[in-house]
Amino acid sequence: MEQKVEPKAITLSKEDFGSDQMVKWCPGCGDHAILRSVENVFPKVGEQLGYSKEDFVVVSGIGCSSRFPYYMNTYGIHGIHGRPAPLAMGIKLANPKLSVWLISGDGDSMAIGGNHFIHIARRNPDINYLMFNNKIYGLTKGQYSPTTPKGQKTKTSPQGSFEMPFNPGELVIGARGKFFARALDSNPKLMQEVFLAAALHHGASIVEILQNCVIFNNKIHALITNKETKDDNQIVLEAGKPMLFGKEKEKGLKLEGTKLKVVTLGKDGVTLDDILVHDPTTDDAGIHMMLASMAPPEFPAAFGVIRSVESETLEDAVWNSVEHEKATSPIKNMDDLMNSGNTWEIE
Amino acid sequence: MKKDKVVEIEEAVVRFAGDSGDGMQLTGSLFSDSTAFAGNDFATFPDFPSEIRAPQGTVSGVSGFQIHFGHKSIYTTGDLADVLVAMNPASLIANLKWVKNDAILIVNSDEFTDKNLEKAGYLTNPLDDETLSGHLVVQVPLNTLTYEAVKELDLDNKSVMKSKNMFALGIIFYLFNRDYTKTYSFFENKFKKNPLVVEANKKVLQAGYNFAETLEVIKNTFRIEKAELEKGRYRNVTGNQATAWGLMAAAERSGRNLFLGSYPITPATDILQELAKHKQFTCITQQAEDEIAGIVSTIGASYAGSMAVTTTSGPGLSLKSEAIGLAVMTELPMVIVDVQRGGPSTGLPTKSEQSDLMQALYGRNGDAPVIVIAATSATDAFYSAYEAAKLAMEHMTPVILLTDGSIGNGSEVFKIIKTADLPPINPPIAKANDPEYKPYKRNPQTLARQWAIPGTPGLRHRLGGLEKEDITGNVSHDPLNHEKMMQLRQEKVDKVADFIPELKIDGNEGADLLVVGWGSTYGVLMTTVEEMQNEGKSVSMVQFKHIMPLPKNVREVFSKFKKIVVCENNMGQFVNYLRMQLPEFRYEQYNKVQGLPFMVSELKQKFESLLNE
Ligand code: SF4
Repeated sequence: MEQKVEPKAITLSKEDFGSDQMVKWCPGCGDHAILRSVENVFPKVGEQLGYSKEDFVVVSGIGCSSRFPYYMNTYGIHGIHGRPAPLAMGIKLANPKLSVWLISGDGDSMAIGGNHFIHIARRNPDINYLMFNNKIYGLTKGQYSPTTPKGQKTKTSPQGSFEMPFNPGELVIGARGKFFARALDSNPKLMQEVFLAAALHHGASIVEILQNCVIFNNKIHALITNKETKDDNQIVLEAGKPMLFGKEKEKGLKLEGTKLKVVTLGKDGVTLDDILVHDPTTDDAGIHMMLASMAPPEFPAAFGVIRSVESETLEDAVWNSVEHEKATSPIKNMDDLMNSGNTWEIE
Repeated sequence: MKKDKVVEIEEAVVRFAGDSGDGMQLTGSLFSDSTAFAGNDFATFPDFPSEIRAPQGTVSGVSGFQIHFGHKSIYTTGDLADVLVAMNPASLIANLKWVKNDAILIVNSDEFTDKNLEKAGYLTNPLDDETLSGHLVVQVPLNTLTYEAVKELDLDNKSVMKSKNMFALGIIFYLFNRDYTKTYSFFENKFKKNPLVVEANKKVLQAGYNFAETLEVIKNTFRIEKAELEKGRYRNVTGNQATAWGLMAAAERSGRNLFLGSYPITPATDILQELAKHKQFTCITQQAEDEIAGIVSTIGASYAGSMAVTTTSGPGLSLKSEAIGLAVMTELPMVIVDVQRGGPSTGLPTKSEQSDLMQALYGRNGDAPVIVIAATSATDAFYSAYEAAKLAMEHMTPVILLTDGSIGNGSEVFKIIKTADLPPINPPIAKANDPEYKPYKRNPQTLARQWAIPGTPGLRHRLGGLEKEDITGNVSHDPLNHEKMMQLRQEKVDKVADFIPELKIDGNEGADLLVVGWGSTYGVLMTTVEEMQNEGKSVSMVQFKHIMPLPKNVREVFSKFKKIVVCENNMGQFVNYLRMQLPEFRYEQYNKVQGLPFMVSELKQKFESLLNE
């Protein structure tokens, strides 16, 4: 089904979404940059999809990231720990005409809310899910999270974490999610592109944002973000373009057998024709899963829209059924219902 | 053919019992339909095991269905049965304690084999010894006669045996002078695709009826006059169905779409299933991944302007606690239906209890007051659900509606009303671009804040679980503001007392004993008290439906009586709540926690001993 919202001529600016509340994240926290990018994207989303400023709803769970709704001038609701997904889903199902944005963190989404996370991916309501991954519990001051690398020392893993971490992208795709993208708090241009793509995608758009917690997990993404190493450890995927990276775009990804391999153009006879071309729209999750799993040092981490497959949304399925039943059911109101079936008269 | 004498009686209790696979629930509900056609008032109660198919032929696999019907108003499902249908030895041994001393026992003698007797725990065949003396035992080789009835039809063994319950039903129809052909249309609908099965069921039902007519042991049949019900159109409803319908009626009257976020749990699932059928009323149902997602999606839908509901039973209510706190804090309207069952933990999933009262009142972190009301019967569940939704929306607060397994699964005669005759529902919806709008500004009468629905121009605001500043709704950690908000939330719920009916005394003021109940015990307490009043005993009663807040006149009512006894199916939760709220009175208590309803006989005994003290 097509987008429910009729495009109306709407002009919006960043100022329409700025809040008068004091932003209380630590100075230098990656969340500030994400907030700015969202403020920049909302006007575009409104204009392109026909949402007025009152049609935006920002929903969150608990954690540093989840203070987000208070810092935006939109409708918003700050939920309880781990449950932003059902909160957002209830809003979207009740009123599909709203643009629903969900803000969560790795503790909120991967630990206490893990169950809801996989189910929202599977159900595919048209919600934009921004998951800030700083691989630590910030608000409770530094405990390991389900995305903390094995072996990392934190307050609750003084000997180093004993646990294998989740990769959020693998969870999304494993749960048969239709959209997964990755962004970086230090790259506002990429964030805005990805957030807009998420908004334009009709379905559950889940975006992982690698975010730096300066206080409790500073430089956790350093290998990916450092000036010296970033070109070799990042690949920004673009639909229809070969998967190239490196300072001079001299490296690329090639499929060898059933596995991805990093190759260098011109080396060992490798040409541009050998390089995989990115197709986020294929329903086949094979390559998408491999891309989401890639991590330095063996591979660059993938950024941009990794997977974006059109599929019926939950609210369209539900509301189409409502329309159908309304049109066809002989029972139009409660009086009809109470008088239907076996009834009898007492004189 | 012999002609049996027809005896006029006032009321009767029939109990159908068989293996879980014997179709006793269906048999019972078909007999209920026929009872409705006969114009009697009635109440039914299914009594089934929590396993879908426990080992065949064993006591744990016995499924029962009891119906109490009569010429007068019927308030209970009946203490002991006048007629028992026992499809095998296990159902006989399990149900003999629930029948009167001189009951009619209709037993399927074909199933009384050595093996089945042993499975049921009988050392000797009760049909051959003194076990059943005093009863009128009607031995029917049901399997054989069912085969006999359909032998010309080309039907497989399994289908034949599936219809044997209809033979038993035919016998009961004869016993109560019912028109069995009225049941034909049910077969025609249910087995539309299989005319052979329709034919078989008709034949077997008729064969049962005819067989009963020829039986020498049956000397007379029974007739019960039409009930003196108010003029009007009637139907049969279960409490769960009535709950769903009350909610849908509230959605229709309030002009809000109904949203239900729920997770399947016995005995509440029927409400989800019923609401899921009615998409034509824009009834959006979401079967969530767990209880928590069920209520949290409900909070989301409420924020977005729906009449939002979540349904559950005790263990599910525990899981929802934290989210109810969020609903209290955000002051969003919603109905939380708890169809109580035997607890704690998994407890007795298919049995009824009233033991979630304290959980409903206080089971949350922080002081988190909500409105708590309890339905008093299956038909009252309609009105209680409607009222719960009305109070939730007009007072902008979660409301917990307590029903229980006996209400939810029980069925009663329901007088069809006009939706337009129900009281109007006027949620305080904030107007677009209202310059005066503030998220936590309150209506002075109700203290309800306004419902500002996303998408509305000029009302953008943020809600959440963090404490909010009075009026503005900004996040606030100010100590005095917190205390003020705590008081406002409590006062808002207390003020609901101005909008609910006062407590009504059944019987004389100043009687020697005041019987107090709440929720589903209404029918049995009423029957007991009426019987005792007719015997000239000085007993009155009140039944509580509004628990938080209590009706305004409770103190005044209680002060009229010297002795008060509080009866409930738990260890004493309501009585302790009353001791806390109204400590100036002395309360006797009578509790039964067996997963079974009170019986009139045991209540009478208790009340008499209290009167004699
Ligand atoms: S603790 Fe970390 S994540 Fe939280 S606000 Fe401070 S820097 Fe940001």
